[in-house]
Amino acid sequence: MDLTIFIVKSIIILAVFGISLLIATYSTYVERKVAAFMQDRIGPDRAGPWGLLQPIADAGKMFFKEDFIPAQASKWLFILGPALAMLTALMSSAVIPFGDSIRFDNYDIPVQGIEINIGVLYIFGVVSLGVYGIMVGGWASNNKFSLLGAIRAASQNISYEVALGLSIIAILMMSGSLSVRAIVEQQAEAGFLGWNVFTQPLGFIIFLTCAFAECNRTPFDLPECETELVGGYHTEYSSMKLGFYLFAEYINMFVSSAFISSLYFGGYHYPFMEQISNALTNSLGAVTGHNVATAIGTAAFFGKIFFFIFFFMWVRWTVPRFRYDQLMNLGWKILIPLSVLNIIVSASGLLFNGMKYASWLIVIVATVLAIMSNSRAPKGQVSPQRS
Amino acid sequence: MQLTNRSKQVSNKEMTLAEKMYLPAITKGLGITLKHFFLKKATKPYPDVKTYLGPVFRGHHVLKRDEQGRERCTACGLCAVACPAEAISMVAAERTKGEEALYREEKYAAVYEINMLRCIFCGLCEEACPKQAIYLRHDRFVPVFSDRDEVIYGKDKLVEKSDDRYVRTNPNVQATPTEPSLSRSVS
Repeated sequence: MDLTIFIVKSIIILAVFGISLLIATYSTYVERKVAAFMQDRIGPDRAGPWGLLQPIADAGKMFFKEDFIPAQASKWLFILGPALAMLTALMSSAVIPFGDSIRFDNYDIPVQGIEINIGVLYIFGVVSLGVYGIMVGGWASNNKFSLLGAIRAASQNISYEVALGLSIIAILMMSGSLSVRAIVEQQAEAGFLGWNVFTQPLGFIIFLTCAFAECNRTPFDLPECETELVGGYHTEYSSMKLGFYLFAEYINMFVSSAFISSLYFGGYHYPFMEQISNALTNSLGAVTGHNVATAIGTAAFFGKIFFFIFFFMWVRWTVPRFRYDQLMNLGWKILIPLSVLNIIVSASGLLFNGMKYASWLIVIVATVLAIMSNSRAPKGQVSPQRS
Repeated sequence: MQLTNRSKQVSNKEMTLAEKMYLPAITKGLGITLKHFFLKKATKPYPDVKTYLGPVFRGHHVLKRDEQGRERCTACGLCAVACPAEAISMVAAERTKGEEALYREEKYAAVYEINMLRCIFCGLCEEACPKQAIYLRHDRFVPVFSDRDEVIYGKDKLVEKSDDRYVRTNPNVQATPTEPSLSRSVS
C-alpha cells in the first residue's frame, strides 16, 4: 500500500462524506423550493441570493434552540437515538461507486469509499440498522405518540425491506455479483438499453416504492404523521437532536437516490461512454484522458442522483399519505407477491435462452388486464347529489 | 345545494384493476404538479415589489400645505370630533407677526398628534376637515413600530415636507364628486 494511494483514498472518502453532507444540507433548501414552486409560491428567498443561505440559517437556528431532555426519558438512549440515525445514514454511502477510477502513474484507484464484493448486502444491512435510530429515540422519549411513531416506522421498514430485497434478486441473477460496482459495470457493458430499468421495469417500480417507504418519505411517512401522532417519533426532540433526525432523512434520501441510480440507471455510465472515453484517451493521453472521462461519468452519476432527489420531492408534494392498513396491504399483499413473480419470470427467461427482458411480460400482461378491467367497468355517471 | 360546479360526488364503487394499481393516477398527479412547477407564481415578494392599492387607499396621514407652502390646518378640532377612535389631539395657537409665510390663517395647530395605535384609518378626519388640511395618503403605509414611544405621531412626522408634496394622481378621482374625500381637489 503506497502512501499516495492512501492519501488519494482518504481524500475520496472525505469527499464522499462531505458531499453527502452538503447535498443533504441543500436538499432541505431544495425541498422547500420545490414544494413552493409546486404550490405556485416562491419559497425561501430572504437569506442570500434566492435564499441560498437558508440551510445555514436553519442550522444556526437549530443549534441555538434549547436542547431539552424530558424528565421521564431514558437519558442516554434519548441521546443515542439521533446519533444512531445519523451514523447509519452516513455509513451507507461508503460502497456506492461514484465514478470509474482515478489513474496516476500506474495505479487505478476506484472513486468509491470502499470496494467490497458484498456491497448490496452491506447497504441492506446498514439501512435496516437505521430503524434502530428511530426505534430507540421513540422508545426513550417515554411518550405514547413517539412510541407509536417508532412502532410504525419499525413495522413499516421491516415489511418493505422484504419486497426491497426480493425486487433486486433478479438483478443479482443477471450480474452474478453482490458488488455494486460489478452491477454498474455489467450495465455499462450492455449499453444504454441494457440498463436495469429497461430489463427490470417491474423490479424498478417495486424497488422505488420500497425506497420511499424505507426513507419514511411521503406517501409512506406514517411514522411522523402530524395529524395522528403530533410529530411521530421525534415529538419530544428539540434543537440539534431533532436536526439530526431530519438531516438523517435527507442523507438517506441521497443514498437511496445514489443506490437506485447505480442499480437501475447504470450508475456512472451514460450513453456513448465508450466512444467518448476512447476519444478523450486518444486526444489527451491515457492518464489525463481517463481521468477526464471518469469526471464526466461522475458528473453523469450526480445528475441521476439529483434527478432522483427531485423525484422524491416531486412525489412528496403530489401523493397524499397512505392509511396504515393500505400501507400494509400494499407491502404484503401486492409488492411481495409481485416481486416473487418477477423473480420467477426473470429467472425462467434467463434459464431458457438468456432472455433478459422477460420481466416485460408481467408489465404487458398487467397493462392489458388493467385496460380490459377499465373498459369493462360500468361507465355509469354518478348523478350529482341534490339536497 | 350546489355551490360550485367543481364538487365531486363521492362513491364507494369497486375500484378497477387500473385504479388499484395506483400508477396511472399517480402519473397523472405528477403531471399536474410538474405543470404547476413551471407556472407563474402567485406570490409577490412584498417589500421588494409593492402593489398599487388604488387611489382610494387610506394610508399614512399627511397635513397639507397650500401653494405657498403654508400649513392649511387651523386647529378647529373638527377632525378630532369626527374621529371615532379619538386618536387625534391638538393644541391651537395664534399666529404672531412675521409667521404669515408659515401658517395660512390667524390660528394654527401648535401641537397636532395622532395616536397610530388608536387610529383605524377610516378617513373620517379627511372628510370632516373644512380646510382640506388632513389627508390619508394612498401611496404610503404607516410603518411598523416596535416601541410605544414611536406610536404618537407629531407634527414632525405629519406635516407635508415642502420637497415631497403629496398629490393624488388619478383622473378618475375627480370624476366622482359624490365622494367628498375623492372629489376634493388637492393643493
